Amino acid sequence: MGRIIHGKPVVPGEAQGKALVSSEPISFWGGYDYHTGEIIDRRHPLSGQVAKGCILAVPFTRGSSTTTAVLLEAIRAGTAPAAILTTGVDSFFALASVVAREMYEKPIPIFAITPQDFSTLQSGDHITITEAGRITIF
Amino acid sequence: MTIFLTDSDLARLHGDYGSAAQMAMSILVQMAEIFGATELMDITGAHIDSTIYIGEAGLEFAERLASLGARVAVPTTLNVSGLDEHHWQEWAVPAEWARNAHRQMLAYQSMGCIPTWTCAPYQTDWRPKFGQQIAWGESNAIVYANSVLGARTERYPDLLDICCAIIGRVPAVGLHLTENRAGDLLFVLQDISPSLQSNESFYPVLGFLIGKIAQDRIPVITGLLVKPSEDQLKALGAAAASSGTVALFHIIGETPEAPTSEAAFQGRQPSRVVPVTLEMLRTARQELTTAHGDQLDMVVLGSPHFSLAEFKELAHLVAGKRRHPSVQFLVTSSRAMIYLAEQAGYLGALRDFGGQVTVDTCILATPMLPSGIHTLMTNSGKYAYYAPGLLNTIVTYGSLADCVESAVVGRVVRDETLWAG
Repeated sequence: MGRIIHGKPVVPGEAQGKALVSSEPISFWGGYDYHTGEIIDRRHPLSGQVAKGCILAVPFTRGSSTTTAVLLEAIRAGTAPAAILTTGVDSFFALASVVAREMYEKPIPIFAITPQDFSTLQSGDHITITEAGRITIF
Repeated sequence: MTIFLTDSDLARLHGDYGSAAQMAMSILVQMAEIFGATELMDITGAHIDSTIYIGEAGLEFAERLASLGARVAVPTTLNVSGLDEHHWQEWAVPAEWARNAHRQMLAYQSMGCIPTWTCAPYQTDWRPKFGQQIAWGESNAIVYANSVLGARTERYPDLLDICCAIIGRVPAVGLHLTENRAGDLLFVLQDISPSLQSNESFYPVLGFLIGKIAQDRIPVITGLLVKPSEDQLKALGAAAASSGTVALFHIIGETPEAPTSEAAFQGRQPSRVVPVTLEMLRTARQELTTAHGDQLDMVVLGSPHFSLAEFKELAHLVAGKRRHPSVQFLVTSSRAMIYLAEQAGYLGALRDFGGQVTVDTCILATPMLPSGIHTLMTNSGKYAYYAPGLLNTIVTYGSLADCVESAVVGRVVRDETLWAG
């Protein structure tokens, strides 16, 4: 049986996948290749990992305001994470999902969880998320 | 949380002002709810980062708005695009990229924006004033407007910036409100020599270090022994907004909202005091360099876009010299600044040196570099930070003088005396 935590829906939706977790914030501009879904920031601990289809958990975005545009491209190209978990409400990620709903009717779910819950997540966990933000970790 | 919308907001949301305003308002209201805003507030200017061509989705978004007849409601400057509109063919830019990036430029111009094509809009006639409420994209511009000018903007991501400009309103949250502009962390410079503090290469390193530590908190700096120039403050902010999420910093006795420590922290205590030592700065300087050895293919300057003062300094450094034939030398800036630099007589020396200039864009925003370019050198903390991931290159960080000297001798050379302590 899985462990359950609760997330605040920033952009609600269902998702499941393998967790990819880092306590290091990320910029998608210069950090995410939307053609492949690979994390390409060579200073980031997740460098070289492919986040496509994963539940990406990072505390928040840093740096460039182009992060939103890169995530939108990834959603359109089908290379985005299945969902994103952050420790606060991250407006850069949220906006990409809101615009993806407006343009393509395919937002990706984004949930905010507490730093305490965040610290219990590990890369490789299998995670399912319900619309209401019930997050089960296997 | 329910957001209060005025009759005029609601009219836009319901499409009374056309489909473009309706789409912009729909996105704006959804984001305002996510921000936890209770109302929207008016702005008097905007700067659009969505101009950077990333791919099909961004282009489709721009052309959707344009085709619906979008017009901006406030004076709106444009950030770098994905193309040097009139000189891209001199570089390795693929024709298909050029076509798409150009379509994106035209889409934003059609909305009534001012074609400034620069990441340094504070170096234009549309520089905002103290206290002015604005919606700016572009991380270096955001931190400069807030910190150096005392204007007020949140960190607007691509795509939201243009929605705010079309509506002329923003969610009333974050750095738009006085209470959210207080300093949080205090960085105290310790025994950093005035000669190092006077050198331009100090500021990107300090910014990189502060950004890494501060992340999304507001840093306050004290212990500066010299008065930094505008270009030094822009370099500091650009680096801090790359390694961290810094959208506002204060320097006690220097920046407009920090005449005193009391003012910088709005009467509160810093949550943490961080001593900044020469040793920490040396480590940060090393981290900005990803190259090993002295191989050098190209020197790149101008992120954020070079100012007139920087062209003047560069003209002085390159006068009477010639770059090594194996090293390319590029400066990125805006059309307006190039025009001024030409008028002032600074470009002749750069041309004689063998240097080139690119406008409207930068090496990070357009695929201009030939495939043989692997090793870069720059005095820009932002170029040093992003070039490895975006361009798959390795970078050496150095001072402006180091960059010129390296271009002359054809390999990386750096003057270490300033950093020796």
